[in-house]
Amino acid sequence: MVASHDVVLVGGGGAGLRAAIAIAEANPRLSVAVVSKVYPMRSHTVSAEGGAAGVIRADDSLDEHCYDTISGGDWLSDQDAVEAFVKEAPEELLRLEHWGCPWSREPDGRIGVRPFGGMKKMRTWYAADKTGFHMLHALFQTSLKYRAVARYDEWFVTKLLVDDGRVQGVVAIELRSGRIQPILAKATILCTGGCGRVFPFTTNATIKTGDGMALAYRAGAPLKDMEFMQYHPTGLPFTGILITEAARAEGGWLLNKDGYRYLQDYDLGKPTPKPVLRSMELGPRDRLSQVFVKEMEKGRTIDTPYGPVVNLDLRHLGERVINTKLPFVRELCLKYQNIDPIKEMIPVRPVVHYMMGGVHTDIHGATPLPGLYAAGEVACVSINGANRLGSNSLPELLVFGARAGRAAAEYASSQKEPGPAVVAQAEDERRRLVHDLLQRTDGRERIATVRDAMQKTMEESAGIYRSGPGLAKAADRLGELEEQARRIGLDDHSRTFNTELVTALELQFMVEVARTMVGSALKREESRGAHQRIDFPKRDDQRFLAHSLCRRAADGSCRIEYLPVTITRWPPGERVYGR
Amino acid sequence: MVDRITVEVARYRPEKEAEPSFQAYEVPCRKDWVILDGLNHIKDHLDGTLSYRWSCRMGVCGSCGMTVNGEPKLTCATFLADYAPGPLRVEPLRNFPIIRDVIVDIDDFMQKLSAVKPWLIRDAEKPLAEGEYRQTPAQLDEYKQFSMCINCMLCYSACPVYGLDPEFIGPAAIALAQRYNLDSRDQGARQRDEVLSKHEGIWSCTFVGECTKVCPKHVDPAGAIQRYKLSSAMGSVKDFLMPWRGK
Ligand SMILES: Cc1cc2nc3c(=O)[nH]c(=O)nc-3n(C[C@H](O)[C@H](O)[C@H](O)COP(=O)(O)OP(=O)(O)OC[C@H]3O[C@@H](n4cnc5c(N)ncnc54)[C@H](O)[C@@H]3O)c2cc1C
Ligand code: SF4
Ligand code: FES
Repeated sequence: MVASHDVVLVGGGGAGLRAAIAIAEANPRLSVAVVSKVYPMRSHTVSAEGGAAGVIRADDSLDEHCYDTISGGDWLSDQDAVEAFVKEAPEELLRLEHWGCPWSREPDGRIGVRPFGGMKKMRTWYAADKTGFHMLHALFQTSLKYRAVARYDEWFVTKLLVDDGRVQGVVAIELRSGRIQPILAKATILCTGGCGRVFPFTTNATIKTGDGMALAYRAGAPLKDMEFMQYHPTGLPFTGILITEAARAEGGWLLNKDGYRYLQDYDLGKPTPKPVLRSMELGPRDRLSQVFVKEMEKGRTIDTPYGPVVNLDLRHLGERVINTKLPFVRELCLKYQNIDPIKEMIPVRPVVHYMMGGVHTDIHGATPLPGLYAAGEVACVSINGANRLGSNSLPELLVFGARAGRAAAEYASSQKEPGPAVVAQAEDERRRLVHDLLQRTDGRERIATVRDAMQKTMEESAGIYRSGPGLAKAADRLGELEEQARRIGLDDHSRTFNTELVTALELQFMVEVARTMVGSALKREESRGAHQRIDFPKRDDQRFLAHSLCRRAADGSCRIEYLPVTITRWPPGERVYGR
Repeated sequence: MVDRITVEVARYRPEKEAEPSFQAYEVPCRKDWVILDGLNHIKDHLDGTLSYRWSCRMGVCGSCGMTVNGEPKLTCATFLADYAPGPLRVEPLRNFPIIRDVIVDIDDFMQKLSAVKPWLIRDAEKPLAEGEYRQTPAQLDEYKQFSMCINCMLCYSACPVYGLDPEFIGPAAIALAQRYNLDSRDQGARQRDEVLSKHEGIWSCTFVGECTKVCPKHVDPAGAIQRYKLSSAMGSVKDFLMPWRGK
């Protein structure tokens, strides 16, 4: 069987659903398909807690949001993209209000905003501390009213179909039946989210395996800035469950083993009883995570069975503030750590959280490969530069999801139907899946073993601090692991909902993505934002005020080139916090 | 020494087996392990053929609902140790067709969800340029609880009416219809009414409240159903007394 649509979206999270609606609105005659490996409302956007930034207050301005984003990103953001983003974010958030999103309100009924790390003004819209959940359900439920949007729920995409230099759809497995078939399209948009699972300790759900990045990379599209992986300073040990930045924005303190607010020792400002924006606990994520490592080296963290931790103290906020402003934080602590933040301190440590890099796109979401678009965490436009500011990602899904949707709709309207060559390619892919994985009986490697080895390699070499020799070793190791991932032996040879097959394919995607991260990190001989090299501790604008572009060479290795950063109005300066 | 616990998991592979059976596995019973961690241990180390759904492991994506010792539970939010010394039984959610192992077919709910029009309906849309619809915190509180549904299907699994009559729209879909009906920005109650009142299922709900008891997000679908019945009964009385009142 062959299905065919005008536009196929891979992914039904915030970016994918926003794009789907944009296409349906831009041209209701186009047929749109949302292909997603989980039901759309289960996508990872659902876990976002804190909020979404968009300027609405009279005392705020677009320029200030631009500046916070650009300086937060250590000047690696493309400033034309940031300007477009900042301008369209409030509109998009308002549109979501008109679609029913239950934003938290001021007493008079206007939208409420809260402070957020790295943002100098209050501009973060929130829906209690379940912002992503409410945004995703509002988008999904709204998408149900558009008849033109077809859904392929629980279909797993394994390959992009490319012929004649154009992407013309995908190959996917219908999990329920195990059927493998092409879904052809004149334009394809990747909205597959991030890749946190390449690390052992992450806030990311199990589905965040970098599939879209690997799909694009294998199809010949370059990946941009893959060395920039953000750590969030406050995750629960063991589970990696995120304790939102909002906990610090409401006035939470980070304490070392002596009960001391250690951030004051690292040029992040002076401790004050009330939270001050861009200072102390509200400093940027990369700095806070790096400082944790320094504190650990000084022996001032607390040892636990799950590694070293510090404490996040909310007790002084009192029961009322915790219950009204941070109910989800309390629920998570109680349910998963058996700790009550009203009475006890919360143990936290830095956890892998967000991928700044991704599939290289322009400000319309177009990749260099005709017919291929990308939006959301899978893409790198780049507004996030070397370090994303909290609450910029959710509005990014909306702004660039909508832009990619409109651009793809326009492109699709002028294209002819995909040709027979891609149907033949799809047949090759089907054969590969069946013979090399599903029916293979001589596979020797176990998924969990290869996965654990990959995660360990990444944590050791490409974590908060990196070094040339460590990265070089990791690159070799990942090469071996890629070989092993190819020789996976499955226990499960059946067709019906074979989740082991999916996990094996995800592992192959992850190893591919891990290699691009290590390859890009090795070549960037400087420290900037989330990329910190102990052998090159300074930022080097002479050589590296540039995006890395990683392309796949024929032998599977990665080739790195650089693309200049677009600077419009904000020349590179020093990142200053707490002063 | 880590304690161990036996987990008996319902297995069903339609390509091989005519009907479900149980398979027992022994897994570590650590204090901070949830049932899902136990299943992942099985899948990683003991038997890669076991299939189940999960994603967030933080009780918000709604994927991991299963029947645990007879009760519907989110397996990522239920500790293994609470069932010590075991054995503990994990089965698919009830009242749904089984696709494989503990994975059930929820197509029926997805269709019912669309049917109740879970989106904001307005007679006239306000242009974006005019800003937000004002909504006070008190107005938000009117429907907030019903907006917390994660579509985990525990309530359908527990609902005796849905078990007998699959036509019944069911707890979560009704709660979500009410979520919009009670939203001060919405004007679509009448359209949803056509769907909700069409089937007598809603009247056969006996208010046993099983759905509310099992809901992990305190949505209170039983309350939503009761409230709907009241408003709808009152609506028909009013329509009878005041036929000019064009709702
Ligand atoms: C715990 C947590 C809290 C966060 N809090 C905030 C916050 O407060 N503010 C903020 O701005 N950002 C926050 N973020 C970041 C933000 O939530 C994410 O960056 C964003 O939600 C990603 O959305 P997305 O649409 O790109 O992808 P996702 O929502 O991850 O969706 C990916 C989609 O792609 C599909 N997919 C993937 N691979 C395949 C495949 N091979 N075949 C078929 N389908 C596939 C999936 O099924 C899914 O539908 C948070 C992130 C985390 C982890
Ligand atoms: S109402 Fe509760 S139990 Fe039912 S689907 Fe929603 S969250 Fe789950
Ligand atoms: S895994 Fe998401 S709710 Fe349990």
